[in-house]
Amino acid sequence: MNGRQSALLTAGLAATLIAGVALSARLLVEAGTSADFTARNLAPALSHPFGTDQMGRDMLARSVTGLALSLRVGLMAAGLSVLLATFMAMVSGLGRQADRVAGFVTDAMLAMPHLMLLILLSFSLGGGTTAVIIAVAISHWPRLSRLLRAELLQVSVAPYVETSRALGRSRLFILRRHILPHLAPQMLVGFLLMFPHAILHEAGLTFLGFGLEPSRPAIGVMLSDAMRHISAGRWWLAFFPGAMLLCMVLAFEAMGSAARRLISPREAQC
Amino acid sequence: MAGVLRHLARQALLLALVALAVFLLMKASPVDPVDAYLGPAIAHVGPEQKAQIAAAWGLDRPTHEQFLAWAGHVLRGDLGQSTSYNAPVAQVMADRIKASLALTGLAWLLSGIFGFALGCWAAAQAGTWVDRTIRVYCYLLAATPTFWLALLLMMAFSVGLGWTPICCAGPIGVPPGQVSLWQKLHHLILPLVALTLFGVAQIALHTRVKLIEVLQSDYVLLARAQGATAWDIVIHHGIRNAALPALTVTMASVGEIFGGSILAEQVFAWPGLGRATVEAGMKGDLPLLLAIALLTTLIVSTGNRIADLLQARVDPRMGGA
Repeated sequence: MNGRQSALLTAGLAATLIAGVALSARLLVEAGTSADFTARNLAPALSHPFGTDQMGRDMLARSVTGLALSLRVGLMAAGLSVLLATFMAMVSGLGRQADRVAGFVTDAMLAMPHLMLLILLSFSLGGGTTAVIIAVAISHWPRLSRLLRAELLQVSVAPYVETSRALGRSRLFILRRHILPHLAPQMLVGFLLMFPHAILHEAGLTFLGFGLEPSRPAIGVMLSDAMRHISAGRWWLAFFPGAMLLCMVLAFEAMGSAARRLISPREAQC
Repeated sequence: MAGVLRHLARQALLLALVALAVFLLMKASPVDPVDAYLGPAIAHVGPEQKAQIAAAWGLDRPTHEQFLAWAGHVLRGDLGQSTSYNAPVAQVMADRIKASLALTGLAWLLSGIFGFALGCWAAAQAGTWVDRTIRVYCYLLAATPTFWLALLLMMAFSVGLGWTPICCAGPIGVPPGQVSLWQKLHHLILPLVALTLFGVAQIALHTRVKLIEVLQSDYVLLARAQGATAWDIVIHHGIRNAALPALTVTMASVGEIFGGSILAEQVFAWPGLGRATVEAGMKGDLPLLLAIALLTTLIVSTGNRIADLLQARVDPRMGGA
């Protein structure tokens, strides 16, 4: 099996895992939210592989629905963020002055610890799901934007772009027809690699209490609940949701690096 | 000299912009600081009293006046009054900065040292099981939620084995002044391990790539042909060339570590700046939140700046940027 095939296989497996989680969450919503007070605080066993919480809810069902929620939030946040990054990179491409301004804004965004910025943004938007999506989208674009800018500056001096310019095409036409299609693969890889960051930050923010509403079955909510029961020795409450989140993050990382290997095999060697 | 001045001017402009942006964000928040301050006590407070509190805090004045008043005070060295701790912001921060430095600063230092060492080790043994183990560890750690790792450590070592205390920076009930050094270390160890485990990953991966690059270069081939042993080469050619890139990444990782420390402090109830941030955010304590945001921005942007300068040193082509 050559590198290309193994990359495709990895991406396929990861995608199947993610799709599996998203689909099974639809079936498990009922089990994850209904309380059963005869089955409270059960340790993991065959009937409840991940145990149950203090309200008798099955932790497996809750973890899976929590992951599906993370997926939705991550999808929207990372998608928005990629659009922002592309927009800012294109602004950089407009000219020297615009590049200066965009560069300064990018620097300013990177000048604050990520989590601090997320807390501030989420605070100013009043918390909740929409606030988290917007906060994650606003705070994650700078790194990708830098990559896209470098790529864009390279493409914009390519002979075919020079030719197009000499033929009198407008800047907007060149951006849209020549440069944007060239950035598309980078955008896809950027999206896939941003996803894990987005869901990790969402979970962290929710864990601190600035994220998703405590009533929703989010991984961050589960873990902050679990912290209250930690001295009672109920390890399964914290272990499984976090482990599932880790698996999801790894699946996206695998998909992202597989995509990068397929798109630019030379750079992804080491 | 002119370069230094330009950097300073840029830094000052950056801070001013961040201050303005943060202030506007806070003002845009639907969280009412008076309500958040009162909490459950709101039932006993009438609208007149609420208006009095708002007036005492200057919240009844227009936003731009509030900002100018705040900025003027900050420039004169007065950070204001923390509403959630009911003490001057400077004092609240001074109380916590030592705990923060002990945890975050040490974690940062240790991540740099261990990350570099692990990276060198992996590169020197590239392709072997040592290399593979270190790489798997790094990828795994980079994908692990920091607070979950902290929770796991706490479950294992505090609850399960009972080796380490479950919370705080000293035994409960003992005033901070009377905590012995041994007790301090005992309470510090677990949060420190959690943060360091997390911080090592990126630095190690980066060092590894750089060192492998060096080891594949022509001058190393020459050294090898002259009969130098693998360790000779790593120590005399490798480490020197990989140290600067590693330092650059370490500088740029300050923000990550601070973000991790907010989460770790929350899990371990460590009384540092991270916990104060969460507290301030929950209670709508604008002066404290602004001050912490500015301080961390100052630290992180300085780290980034140093990283950029180092980068320019390492690779002169980046100097123009």
